[in-house]
Amino acid sequence: MAKAPLATGKFLLIFLSWWAIWAFLQISLLVGFGLSFSAALTDSLVSNTLVALCCAFISNNMQYYLPKKERYWYILFISLGLSGIILLACKAILVPLLNDKAPSGGAAAFDYAAFFSKSWAVRYDIVFLQVGCMSILSVLWYSSEEEQENRQRRNDAERLSKEAELFKLRQQLAPHFLFNSLNSISALIGSQPEQARKMIQQLSDFLRNNLRKEEQQWVLLSEELQYLELYLDIEKVRFGHRLSTEVSCEAGCMACKLPPMLLQPIVENAIKFGLYDTTDSVCISIKARVEGSYVRIDVQNPFDPETSRPKKGTGFGLTSIQRRLYLLFARPDLLETKVENNLFTTTVKIPQQP
Amino acid sequence: MIKTIIIDDEPLARMIVKEYLQSYSSEIEIVAECSDGFEGIKAIQQHHPDLIFLDIQMPKINGFEMLELVETPPAVIFTTAFDEYAIKAFENHAVDYLLKPFNKERFDKSLRKWIDNRPAIPTTTNTEALLETAAESPSQQQRIVVKTGGKIKIIPIEDIHYLEAADDYVKIHTHGGAFLKNRTMSYFEKNLDPNQFVRTHRSYILNIQQVTRIDPYEKDSHLCILQSGAQVPVSKAGYVKLKSVLGL
Repeated sequence: MAKAPLATGKFLLIFLSWWAIWAFLQISLLVGFGLSFSAALTDSLVSNTLVALCCAFISNNMQYYLPKKERYWYILFISLGLSGIILLACKAILVPLLNDKAPSGGAAAFDYAAFFSKSWAVRYDIVFLQVGCMSILSVLWYSSEEEQENRQRRNDAERLSKEAELFKLRQQLAPHFLFNSLNSISALIGSQPEQARKMIQQLSDFLRNNLRKEEQQWVLLSEELQYLELYLDIEKVRFGHRLSTEVSCEAGCMACKLPPMLLQPIVENAIKFGLYDTTDSVCISIKARVEGSYVRIDVQNPFDPETSRPKKGTGFGLTSIQRRLYLLFARPDLLETKVENNLFTTTVKIPQQP
Repeated sequence: MIKTIIIDDEPLARMIVKEYLQSYSSEIEIVAECSDGFEGIKAIQQHHPDLIFLDIQMPKINGFEMLELVETPPAVIFTTAFDEYAIKAFENHAVDYLLKPFNKERFDKSLRKWIDNRPAIPTTTNTEALLETAAESPSQQQRIVVKTGGKIKIIPIEDIHYLEAADDYVKIHTHGGAFLKNRTMSYFEKNLDPNQFVRTHRSYILNIQQVTRIDPYEKDSHLCILQSGAQVPVSKAGYVKLKSVLGL
């Protein structure tokens, strides 16, 4: 609900000042027309107070009912009607109050009732202008408040859905990986319990890391590579000598930062793609280097160009990474793939905050 | 003595099956262990096992595709870690399967059931129905696996020029020659992407990316000329379908 402008001290002060100015002007005007000062004061105070009450009423009530654009003509009728009521009230109060009063200073008796009937049209005009202006100002005020509130709400909704989506994209832990790893542990328990215990430790560390990460907290490349090492070690137990890895990283990269859990799905994809597309042993290489204000990471895996066709752009389960990068940086060009002979390269570039 | 083969690409996964089979050493003999589908096919042809333990996700060709290529498939106990499509296929066809990791009790239950019912279960009919369902998985819709002169060929879908009915088989015409697959035309019509493949004729399905020209032929029919120069007949109904897919 928008706040009524008169509820704030600043606007109330402006409002009261205006009331005082109008009242003062009306007194001087009436004195100019020959009214005694006390009569002019009473007239001015009564009529301006009524107008002020009416304006406060309008300004307050528009927060509950705001005419829609196509009903703006309501404002005109409301203003006309209210102005009429004010005038009638003025007449009802002022005429009995001032009519028979003895004129001060021995001047001729002033017929107030006649004066009021002569001046009613001008009075109505002025009151209508005042009330009308107040109505229009109120409409503008509340519409802009409403607009602002809507915008705020939309922004909030967008932010929430973006966060939810990012969360979901990060949480896509491959169940296939988890269950196969557990199966490997189960196999090791009988023959190599020490090895089984080590793998349980690695798997727990991996899962814990996976659960702990928050989107906003970027991690050091060195930490992310350690985490990746865990993952690769587990995969090596699963696939035995078929899988080997090469990780190289320029000295300057280690202090670079990147969003958590971004590298692992890329490597996971490379492993899956590499291991399931050839029957030979597979070497996955991961290279990181600084390139301008970016850190650039290349992940390379072999594949068989005879039997699989990497789709143009980003195929092979990289869509969710692409989406995440877009949500984080609003840029579609940070993830690229390249095919060279029988090597498939995925390149990701992360802008570094200066 | 029951002969069995273990087919799984993960050495530790084969090890645990081997370990569980030790208590059956008087009845079951492990004649081979294979780490992919190609080895699996060879071993099955060589040893004619009674039962195989088969993993689904394996390099190059998965467990289902391997079974497709075996002429007389043996009884199978499937082992898989996680694969929604495979599990759906198993449940639809009441096939026994082991979810990794599985314990000895679960393993014994499956194996006992098979040993006790052995003569009663006809394997082939069930297997064929299972394979049809399994072929609906997205990974299998990207390629077709065929056997040609003892060799296995994996055809990526994009490489297909057109398909032609040939008795009980479908002839798959590709850049690298034509291959036969024992499936029906309606099977392919159902499983291939309808935005890329159109059945232009009772006996033909063509890849619209290969089309260079459509010429009028006899009354009511047309001929599609492909990039390879091949001419594919288009019936009256086929022409309507082709036009709508091409957006003409």
